[in-house]
Amino acid sequence: MSQNQLAQIHLKITRHIEKHSQLPGALLPLLHAIQDDLGFIPEDSYSLISKALNLSVAEVHGVVSFYHHFRTQVPGKHILQVCRAESCQAMGSEALEQHIKSHLSVDFHETTEDGAITLEPVYCLGNCACSPAVMLDGDVYGRVSASKIDGLIACARETVMNSEAA
Amino acid sequence: MTIKVFVPRDSSALSLGANQIAEFIQEEAAKRNIEIQLVRNGSRGMFWLEPLVEVEAAAGRIAYGPVEPSDVASLFDSDFLHGGDHALKLGITDQLPWLKNQERLTFARVGITDPVSLDDYIAHDGYKGLKNALNLAPVDIVAQVTDSGLRGRGGAAFPTGIKWKTVLDCKVDQKYIVCNADEGDSGTYSDRMIMEDDPFVLIEGMTIAAVAVGASQGYIYLRSEYPHAEVALNEAIRNAYEAGYLGRNLLGSGRHFDLEVRRAAGAYVCGEETALLESLEGKRGLVRFKPPLPAIEGLFGKPTVVNNVISFATVPMIMDKGSVFYRDYGMGRSRGTLPIQLAGNIKQGGLVEKAFGITLRELLYDYGGGSATGKPIRAVQVGGPLGAFLPESQFDTPLDYEKFAEIWAVLGHGGIVAFDDTVDMAKMARYAFEFCAIESCGKCTPCRIGSTRGVEVIDKIIAGKDHAKNIALVRDLSDTMLHGSLCALGGMTPYPVLSAINHFPEDFGLQQKEHAA
Repeated sequence: MSQNQLAQIHLKITRHIEKHSQLPGALLPLLHAIQDDLGFIPEDSYSLISKALNLSVAEVHGVVSFYHHFRTQVPGKHILQVCRAESCQAMGSEALEQHIKSHLSVDFHETTEDGAITLEPVYCLGNCACSPAVMLDGDVYGRVSASKIDGLIACARETVMNSEAA
Repeated sequence: MTIKVFVPRDSSALSLGANQIAEFIQEEAAKRNIEIQLVRNGSRGMFWLEPLVEVEAAAGRIAYGPVEPSDVASLFDSDFLHGGDHALKLGITDQLPWLKNQERLTFARVGITDPVSLDDYIAHDGYKGLKNALNLAPVDIVAQVTDSGLRGRGGAAFPTGIKWKTVLDCKVDQKYIVCNADEGDSGTYSDRMIMEDDPFVLIEGMTIAAVAVGASQGYIYLRSEYPHAEVALNEAIRNAYEAGYLGRNLLGSGRHFDLEVRRAAGAYVCGEETALLESLEGKRGLVRFKPPLPAIEGLFGKPTVVNNVISFATVPMIMDKGSVFYRDYGMGRSRGTLPIQLAGNIKQGGLVEKAFGITLRELLYDYGGGSATGKPIRAVQVGGPLGAFLPESQFDTPLDYEKFAEIWAVLGHGGIVAFDDTVDMAKMARYAFEFCAIESCGKCTPCRIGSTRGVEVIDKIIAGKDHAKNIALVRDLSDTMLHGSLCALGGMTPYPVLSAINHFPEDFGLQQKEHAA
C-alpha cells in the first residue's frame, strides 16, 4: 500500500472512532463500521482504537480474533459464504463445498488468485427450508446446485473485470 | 381500484428470486398500462412455493407459485390480477391445507402485512397489547405474562413472567431489555422471519417488557448473518420513533424507551445469554458464571430482561387477547403455540405454528410431505446442533418440553432438520464435536478440550479402531462435558453425539460387534 493509501485508511478509522467511541459497549459497533468501510480491520489500527476506548491493544486484538465475522486481511472483491450447518448438509452441502473449493482453487478463509472472491464458511443463514444455501455479498441464494454456483461466480467475476476495465 | 399484488421480501423468498419477480411484474404492468400496487409482504412460510405471488380479490387473497421470471407474462395473459386460471394458481391462500390448520398466534400477521408499514401493523391489531399494558400496573402486566404460561423459546424454556418479576423487583435506576436475536441453530429461522416479516411485533413486545419492569433502554443483539433482518428492523424502529411508539413519552404515557439494533459478529456461543451480554459490552463473548443472574446483574451490571425474539413477539398477543386465551392452547406444562421450522431434507420445508402436542410424524409427513429426495426419513435432529437425533421409532413423540425430556431430547427453538437414509450418523456425531470445537468460547475445559478430543476419538471409530473401547471413551468424555461445562454449548454437545450412538449403533460399527459377541 502507498503512503497516500495508508494515510487515507488512517483518516477513515479516526472518523469511525470519533463517531462511535461514546456509545456504551462501543467496540463491536466500531469494528463493524471499520470493516463495513474498509473490508477488513487493519491490525495497525488497534493502538488507535485502544487509546480511544481506554482498552489495551491485547484486548482489542482479543475481540477481533474471537469473532468469526472479523478479518484482518484485505478480502477479495466479493465474499462468498457457504453454509456448513446440518440442514444444508442434509441436502448435499458437503459436495457443493468441495465443488466450490476445487472450482475456485482455494480453501475456506482464502482469496482466489485473481483477488475476485474470498471463500468463507458460515454456520446457518436461516435459509434452512431452501438448503443448501450460500450468501454472496449479503445476498442469500437457496437450493444451490453446482451449476447455479458456477453461474453466480462467473457473474461476480464479470463485474470485477468490468469495474477494472472502466 | 388499484389491484394489490404481493411479492415477499423475506430473505428465503429473495434467495429464490423474489426481487426479480417483483421487478418483472412491475415492468409487465407498466408495459400493459395496468395500474397495480405492489406490496412487498413477508413470507407465508411455504418455502417450496416461493416466490409466491398473491393478488387481492373479493373472496380473499389468491396465490400463484412458485413463480419463475418466465411465468410473469403468461400470468398477465391469463388475467391473474383478477384471479384468472393459470398452471401456477393455488387458490385462496388462507384456504391452502398448509395454512388452514395452523394456529398462528405469534405469526398472525407474518406474510400478510407490509412488514415496515406501521399503518398496516395497526390495521391488523398491532399495538393493542401495548395500549392495554399502559393502562395496567407493572405487576399486573407481569402477572398476565406469567399466567399465560409463556416459556422462553430460546432453549432453556424458563418461564418468561418469572424472569420479568425478578427484574421488576430490583429497585435501581437503570434496567435494560435485551433481545437475543442470535438465532444460530441450524434448521431455525422463525426469529429471522419475525424480524424481517413483522418487526413491529418484536418492537412492541420489547416495549411492553420495558413498561412492565421499568427499563428505558433496549438492545436487539442481531446475528451478522441476517443482513435483511437488520434493514427491516431499522426501518421499523425509525417508523416507530416517528409515530411516538418509541422514545420519550411513549404514546403520551410519560414512559421512555429507546431501542437500538446491535450487530453480532458470528460467534455461536453469543446465543448464550451471559456471553451475549459480554459481547454487547464490547468484549469477547465469554460465558459468565451464574449467579448472579442477568435479571439481577446483567448488561453493564444492571438488572436485565434477556429474552428470545419469539418470546418477546408473543407478548403483544397475550396482552391483547389475555393470558387465558393463550394458555388454552397446548398440553401439560407446555402452553400456547410453538412456531416450528421444517428444514433439511424435506419436501415441503417451511414454518408451521401449532399448539404444543402435535407429533413429529404429523409435522414430517402431513406438513412436510416426507423427504425431498423421496427416500425414507431416517433421522431427525430437533433443537439445533446441540439437539438429539431421533430415529423413526420416536416420531410419535408430541412436541412438549417434558415429553422430549423423557426421551432425552430437547425442543429448543423448534427447528426440525430431516435426514434421509443416506445420512452417516458417525459423521454427524463427529460434526457435533467439530462444531463445538470451532464455537467454544474456551472459558471452561470440558468444552474447550473435550470437543477437540471428541473429534479425535470419533475419527478413530470411523477408521475402525477398537470400536467398543473408543465408544466407551466417547461416553466417558460426554459425561464430563454434560456435567462439567459452564454453559449449554459444551453441556449439550453430548446430546447429538450420544443419541446418534444410541439410536444408530450400526453406523459406528457396533451392531456387528454385539452380534459377534
